[in-house]
Amino acid sequence: MKVLMFGWEFPPYTSGGLGTACYALTKGLARNGLDITFVVPYLPEDQKVEFVKLVGANTIANITIIPVNSTLTQYSTFESYEERIAKLKSGLRDLYGHNLYIEVIRYSIAAAQLASQYDHDVIHCHDWMTYQAGMNAKEISGKPLIIHIHNTVFDRSSLKPNEIEYQIERMGFENADKIIAISNKIKNTLVSKYGIEPNKISVVHWGIEEEDPDYHLEVKKPFNTKIVMFVGRVTLQKGPDYFVEAASQVLKYEPDTRFVVVGSGDMLPRIINRAIELGIIDRFNFTGWFSKRDVYKVFKLADVFVMPSVSEPFGLVALEALKNNVPVIISKQSGVSEVLKHCLKVDFWDVNELSNKIVSVLKYKVLYQELKNNGFNEVNKFNLDEPAKKVITVYNEARQW
Amino acid sequence: MVSVCFYFQVHQPFRLRKYSIFDIGSSDYFEEKHHLKLNNEAVLRKVANKSYLPANKLMLDLLKRHPEFKLSYSLSGTVLEQLEKYYPEVIDSFKKLVDTGRVELLSETYYHSLAFLYSKKEFKEQVNLHKEKINDIFSYKPRVFRNTELIYNNELAQFIEGMGYKAILAEGWERVLGWKSPNFVYRPKNCSIKLLLKNYKLSDDIAFRFSERSWEEWPLTADRYAQWISAINGNGECVNLFMDYETLGEHQWHETGIFDFMGKLPEELLKNPDNNFKTPSEVADSYKVRDEIDIPHFISWADLERDTSAWLGNKMQQEALQKLYNVEKIIKKNSNKHLVEAWRKMQTSDHFYYMCTKWFADGDVHKYFNPYDSPYDSFITFMNVLNDINLRLEDKKRGD
Repeated sequence: MKVLMFGWEFPPYTSGGLGTACYALTKGLARNGLDITFVVPYLPEDQKVEFVKLVGANTIANITIIPVNSTLTQYSTFESYEERIAKLKSGLRDLYGHNLYIEVIRYSIAAAQLASQYDHDVIHCHDWMTYQAGMNAKEISGKPLIIHIHNTVFDRSSLKPNEIEYQIERMGFENADKIIAISNKIKNTLVSKYGIEPNKISVVHWGIEEEDPDYHLEVKKPFNTKIVMFVGRVTLQKGPDYFVEAASQVLKYEPDTRFVVVGSGDMLPRIINRAIELGIIDRFNFTGWFSKRDVYKVFKLADVFVMPSVSEPFGLVALEALKNNVPVIISKQSGVSEVLKHCLKVDFWDVNELSNKIVSVLKYKVLYQELKNNGFNEVNKFNLDEPAKKVITVYNEARQW
Repeated sequence: MVSVCFYFQVHQPFRLRKYSIFDIGSSDYFEEKHHLKLNNEAVLRKVANKSYLPANKLMLDLLKRHPEFKLSYSLSGTVLEQLEKYYPEVIDSFKKLVDTGRVELLSETYYHSLAFLYSKKEFKEQVNLHKEKINDIFSYKPRVFRNTELIYNNELAQFIEGMGYKAILAEGWERVLGWKSPNFVYRPKNCSIKLLLKNYKLSDDIAFRFSERSWEEWPLTADRYAQWISAINGNGECVNLFMDYETLGEHQWHETGIFDFMGKLPEELLKNPDNNFKTPSEVADSYKVRDEIDIPHFISWADLERDTSAWLGNKMQQEALQKLYNVEKIIKKNSNKHLVEAWRKMQTSDHFYYMCTKWFADGDVHKYFNPYDSPYDSFITFMNVLNDINLRLEDKKRGD
């Protein structure tokens, strides 16, 4: 079977879980004998100049990567797009849409042309910016459209969901032959907020790469201080503010503890200011963005990983933490909490309970060990094959539709 | 002749409230207000209404209708204490049953604890506390012993013999019985007391399989079950049916027909003149010892493993138990009666069962009902409370 897939970024140039997840899915599908043509937006003026070469050198069997010139990036917002386009040279700027929505349409037309060039049996799209491309491609080839949902506008926006994005999403969901949701949580949102038929939606939880040399990095901890770790975009949905509030409580019980925040985002200044206000800034490290390898190095030093997300459609990083032998505390509001058992779960707003659990993992050594060992054993049951097989089932259903 | 011997276990623990690191300093360990699953009074009332009260009513009725009918109970000290406090009507209904003279009460540790595995001294004290409690409420002296979760080995049997009991109960598991049948009376190795073994197949037909629609015998009727028991005539003398009392109405809901089944069973059994009912001490008195049974390692009535791994299989359980019994000496020297009581309530096996991680990931909720979010949460709660107890002990020491 041949798949025309509209996705986002490919490792090592990823800025979030989605890139990693798409890569993992593609690999799983390829292993099961499928041919994938993977279309990604790509801007030659960016630092990603060696992207095509790199992909060429690392070619995985059955996967062809087609870069399409565009200024779109995975977590674009109306505002961030304007900032980005303003930074381009004036001559170049005219090549792209002058705002995010225009660029989405421009990209969709360009990308969809590929539908006539590359033979395929199904069309597979990831997230709202590619839905239009998928619908256009479907019009050209007449093949079934599968939409894969990693997050909705309700997960992305803190206050009022953006109306245009909501409409694009709804149009995509309605035009899709089949929908894949990465958690029951997302499925429920689709049913309740977009009025989508539940039997059109299949839930496929993410898996994780079984083996990776970076799981085995040797990093020696040069001190005894305990380390509590946060990884992710420093933005409202990820709950970094709850992390800082919990830190100040934890330090009252476990003073020899450091808190590491890996990642960047709009809330970073606010978080730093709050840590200063609380008088605990000297217990914090803010590392900014790290490559996967560097994130994994911090995992090797960490005693517990905390994911206090307000909204987390899945939360693949929790599985990565477990793969790296770190016990995890996740919010009950995350998609991964639907499938992960050997971890601690809290309501994201419950700072006292979060602090209680962080202190307990640091204080009770056997708790740390049991969570670490059982979590590691459990995460080894997650692989790339399971989700790939479920996705193939969805493809087959869509073809018989 | 086949004697049917019913023993029902009646037990509720004092569940620890959600007790976080920030609660250290307050001693209301068992007073949960918000989480209903941990609110001891709410759980007790629910179980009593669904199970204890209707079951007692049924049993009293059966005792009146059938002069041959007999049965036995083991009531833990922790359930009796809670019933006295929250639901004395249930105590009265048990008294009525005992007053018929055809209901035997068994002996156990007051706190339904694992004390025999950690401290013989504490074990003996708890058995005696239970004896006093049963005497206070029912004016009754138990003569047969059963240990928490039917945990048993040769050493326990010897110890119990030393305490003057005439018989002890254990799981009739073929891994230790070999070719021997559980339907006879035996003798523990190097002992002269009697050993009664649970017929787990017939017991579990009622306790676990009764409402299971995928079971080929579903729906089970009293006359068919009575036929299975009658068929033992000629190759067995007693059929020991041991199970949790909550089977009636709580594990097997009223809607499954469990009460109708139990209501008809004595009549169906008595249709065959070769069947009768006996209590555990009557079984021990009536039948000859057939052989000696050697059980050097601990067995229990739990899970397929029939071992102690449900309570001490992982490091959290071992740590919690070890740390708990480490303070035995110092806490007993301390004159504070309330603290000793709290410490003893923490010995109840349920706390360690909640920490069990076996099959936790399989999502087998029936097997591992847990009022806490996870085994880890139950460990955190337990250790935070134990920390509070330790801090109080240190304070006291400094004060002396």
